[in-house]
Amino acid sequence: MTLFGTRIPMMASLVFWLLVWEIVGQLDVMFLIPPITSIVSAGFDLVQTGSWQDASMITLRSFLYGMSLAIVVGVPLGVLMGRVKVIDNIFGLWVNMFVSAPLSALVPILMILFGMGETTVIVTVFLFAVWIIVLDARAGVMQVPTSLVEMGRSYGASRWTIFSKIILLSALPEILAGIRIGLIRGVKGVVIGQILVSIIGYGELFELYSRSFDMERFWALTMLLFVAAMLLSAGVEHFEKRIEYYAGAR
Amino acid sequence: MANSALARGDNLKFATGNDAVVQVRDIFKNYGDVEALRGINLEFERGKLTTLLGPSGCGKTTLLKIIAGLVPATSGEIRVNGRAVTGPGPERAFVFQDFALMPWATVLRNVGFGLELKGMPAAERDRTARRYIEQVGLAGFEQKYPHELSGGMRQRVGIARAFAVNADVLLLDEPFSAVDEQNRRKFQEDLLRLVELEKKTFIFVTHSIEEAVYVSDRIVLLSPRPGRVSQIIDPMIDRSASPDDIRRDAGYLDVVEEIWQGLRQYAE
Repeated sequence: MTLFGTRIPMMASLVFWLLVWEIVGQLDVMFLIPPITSIVSAGFDLVQTGSWQDASMITLRSFLYGMSLAIVVGVPLGVLMGRVKVIDNIFGLWVNMFVSAPLSALVPILMILFGMGETTVIVTVFLFAVWIIVLDARAGVMQVPTSLVEMGRSYGASRWTIFSKIILLSALPEILAGIRIGLIRGVKGVVIGQILVSIIGYGELFELYSRSFDMERFWALTMLLFVAAMLLSAGVEHFEKRIEYYAGAR
Repeated sequence: MANSALARGDNLKFATGNDAVVQVRDIFKNYGDVEALRGINLEFERGKLTTLLGPSGCGKTTLLKIIAGLVPATSGEIRVNGRAVTGPGPERAFVFQDFALMPWATVLRNVGFGLELKGMPAAERDRTARRYIEQVGLAGFEQKYPHELSGGMRQRVGIARAFAVNADVLLLDEPFSAVDEQNRRKFQEDLLRLVELEKKTFIFVTHSIEEAVYVSDRIVLLSPRPGRVSQIIDPMIDRSASPDDIRRDAGYLDVVEEIWQGLRQYAE
């Protein structure tokens, strides 16, 4: 972007809004918005506390379990749906319904089923992430070019070889795209799950800080989460680009 | 279509008997209610390039895929080297219209893929693949990926892959239709050189009359809906002349004209 002939660097808008925030904070307009500098220093304090470290471990663990489950279930299910008509008919409707459903509404039911603990959060992460992984894996498998499969057949590949050497590799970019979106949804899942359960991990901290009007820490925690989610997404995207590079020209 | 029965009857008697590698007998193909091919009888000789030519919808690609064993015929029989075809086999290799290269694999791996599927050891496979990569003029591009190549170069990879498996019969499905005009001519010349060099049986599908006349020893004209053999033409082009002279040759132009007269009834 250029303004009056000078190039404005990318991060300029971020810096600008942080400045506005800082000014509003310093003016002490409302207690909800403390100055950004005090949020940052609260953040540095926060990451050193045992409660934050414990909460982070719990959060990370729930996220990893939930995501692994979503990938382990989602990718094979999507691939099967893309290859086997019957399975597609059985699950298609449900997957499409859940992918856009407001899943937060289900969390209270999950709490009844799985208790007020980590299991509920893991299941929430799973439910947030799995559907898009299924749909993308399915789409990837379905759009494998017919000629590529025919090529395998005409050069004598067995059904299994065609599946493992052609179909899966051909669908890999879509499968990874699904996992990336799934990861982002999973982050939402872990936070929403914990907030609704509200006695473990970051949910407990959020609950604590907002009740005690500890806005500095509240914002510091929120921003840490934002940054973590963005880094995660960027990391997967980077990995994905390397794959896309190979699959760049279908 | 009185001439179709006539041409079929006449030419086939001459075609049978001698060195037929591929025999097509009474092939019918229906897609549901749609009749795609009706009563196709053809023979393809060793060392010759035969072209299946016809307007779109005449079933020429379907026939080629039936010969390849990729598509089952509704009735009839294909024999290759005397054996009935039930599916794809190592004595036939296919070149695809859209190249069908694996985008995640290098040129070397793509060309060697047929050999890889046969279980050939890696060293030998790479050696063979390199030889054919060089033969199609892609030396130096072994480690490139398909998306780094032009359309013409990609099809060279497809052709090298087909040659690498050393099949008796090469089936080419409109291989140059996605290649630009300049490259197309170069390709046709290269193809003639390879036919000369490899002494294999080529079955070539195209919708370009000029291309067919230029490269073929024999042209099978198919009529559309349902696909039938309407005429068989042996162009008898003297290929010792330079490519440009051939394209100006009166005999060449006459054959092009003859085919066009046969096909124009289907054009609108």
